Amino acid sequence: MTLLTLSGIRKSFGAVDVLHGVDLSVDKGEVVGLVGDNGAGKSTLMKTITGIYRADAGSIEFDGKDVLPLDPGARRELGIEMIYQDLSLAKQQDVASNIFLGREPTRKLFGLFPGFIDKARMDREAAGMIARLGAHLPSINRSVGSFSGGQQQTVAIARALTFNPKLVIMDEPTAALAVREVQGVLDLIRRLKSEGIAVILISHRLNDVLAVTDRIVVLRHGRADANLATARTNMSEVVSRIVGGGDLSAAAMHEQRG
Amino acid sequence: MTHETAQPGLWARAQRTSVEQLHIRLESFIVLIVLSAIMAVLSPFFLSLSNFLNILLATSTIGVLAIAATYVIGSGGLDLSLGSVMGLSGVAGAYVAVNLGAPSPVGLAACILAGAAAGYVNGQLITRAFVPAFIVTLGMLGLARGLALVISDGRVIYGLPAVMVYVGQGRPLGIPMPVIIFVVTAIFAHCLLAYSKFGRHTMALGDSESAARAAGIRVERHRRILYTLSGALAGLAGMLFMARINSGDPTAGLNYELTAITAAIIGGTNLFGGRGSILGTMIGALIMGVLQNGLNLLAVQSYYQQMAIGAVLILAVFIDQYQVRKESRV
Repeated sequence: MTLLTLSGIRKSFGAVDVLHGVDLSVDKGEVVGLVGDNGAGKSTLMKTITGIYRADAGSIEFDGKDVLPLDPGARRELGIEMIYQDLSLAKQQDVASNIFLGREPTRKLFGLFPGFIDKARMDREAAGMIARLGAHLPSINRSVGSFSGGQQQTVAIARALTFNPKLVIMDEPTAALAVREVQGVLDLIRRLKSEGIAVILISHRLNDVLAVTDRIVVLRHGRADANLATARTNMSEVVSRIVGGGDLSAAAMHEQRG
Repeated sequence: MTHETAQPGLWARAQRTSVEQLHIRLESFIVLIVLSAIMAVLSPFFLSLSNFLNILLATSTIGVLAIAATYVIGSGGLDLSLGSVMGLSGVAGAYVAVNLGAPSPVGLAACILAGAAAGYVNGQLITRAFVPAFIVTLGMLGLARGLALVISDGRVIYGLPAVMVYVGQGRPLGIPMPVIIFVVTAIFAHCLLAYSKFGRHTMALGDSESAARAAGIRVERHRRILYTLSGALAGLAGMLFMARINSGDPTAGLNYELTAITAAIIGGTNLFGGRGSILGTMIGALIMGVLQNGLNLLAVQSYYQQMAIGAVLILAVFIDQYQVRKESRV
């Protein structure tokens, strides 16, 4: 069942054409890797999906609705969620504060004064979110900045889940992680998939993309240049489609080692 | 790479609990106790109920300003105009009551309104004109002080009505009115900062503006409210001081921002925002109060007190940064 369909998406900034008619579709619960060289238009494409950029031409259909005229807030309500590379976490605040930032549950103090944070409920629900992801954190009450990169990624994903997303777009989630933490994040992506949540994974780390995706879309010069089933492709084919032909064995070998 | 991080000792765990649960650096509490003990040994007058109330009375003005400093610095901002706005507010209240003959409640309200107005201007300039907070509030430091001198014609305004004087000198149940107002304000400010959406968003904003923005917090509006609140608190401090000395003094609150910011930093407020608590700031304010009171009892010249406060500020920031560096070291 198709969840997201982009067709003929065009976007230019002044005289610079970034996207020249991109077609892309994502099924429910599918993990799609979006790869491409720097400047291929990956970030621009994602921002047209979340609504930060308005596409110049083309159509975006999400869950059977035309979302092109909707602003980012409305698209998020429909279930499009994006986790940026910097994670947008408040590093000195604890786990629950980050997960519920801006949407804290409140109660009345002594049944009289409204607007008081229900910290117990926040902590409880935050712990539930982390458990749902099958992840472990040292302490739910510790500041997020004291966590490792992978643990911070867990908090960011848990926050995304509170919006009940149908699609989560992740921008380079493994780029800054220690090797042993990468597997944890890939497991989180698999967990999202098992819950029926679709994931678009933007990454330069092709090993990770090959390990976790169902399909790999290669963006090149502002077009979806290739659409490869992960099970039927390999590193050298992906690399060759990213750079566009030529002798690629050396580049592929390099990636394989990386 | 050290090995002591593997098994955190009792002290380290107590420190962590204190920071996580109460947002207080344990050290500040110990400094307060040690400082009080030293003063008690050095001066026979230190440990007495009347002196204790004296300390609280002196702390009440600084304490209210320190609350303002905690909110603004915690949000990643800075308000250098606290002392000047406090001076302006006292003069404004006294002018309205004495020169214009307005009733006492109007005079008291004028103090807070004058402060809030100055803070509102700060907030507008910072969030709409994009002038850095450091410059805006430094400019306001000069503007407010100058305006206070203009309104009062450079002279102290005497002769406040009795009700206004009561706010500063009355002692219901033996407790000075400024102390009561200060404690009530501190409790309210603590609850607002620690348990309300507004307070938590304030700290999140100082922690990461982009995270706050991504979470849908209206960042600029929040900052405008904070600077207005800061001004209003400076106005309240001005009101308490004016009522206590029974006059509107245009030089009141000179250099008080130094003491207020120091109190907030000693209390564990992160100079760069994101962390701070009113409880901690109150300990910081008490440290400053005990320090000044003790030095007074020991008849140390006020010039040296000024130096001591400046040194304490630098020392407090040094210790805080040292701790942060130590904690972030892997």
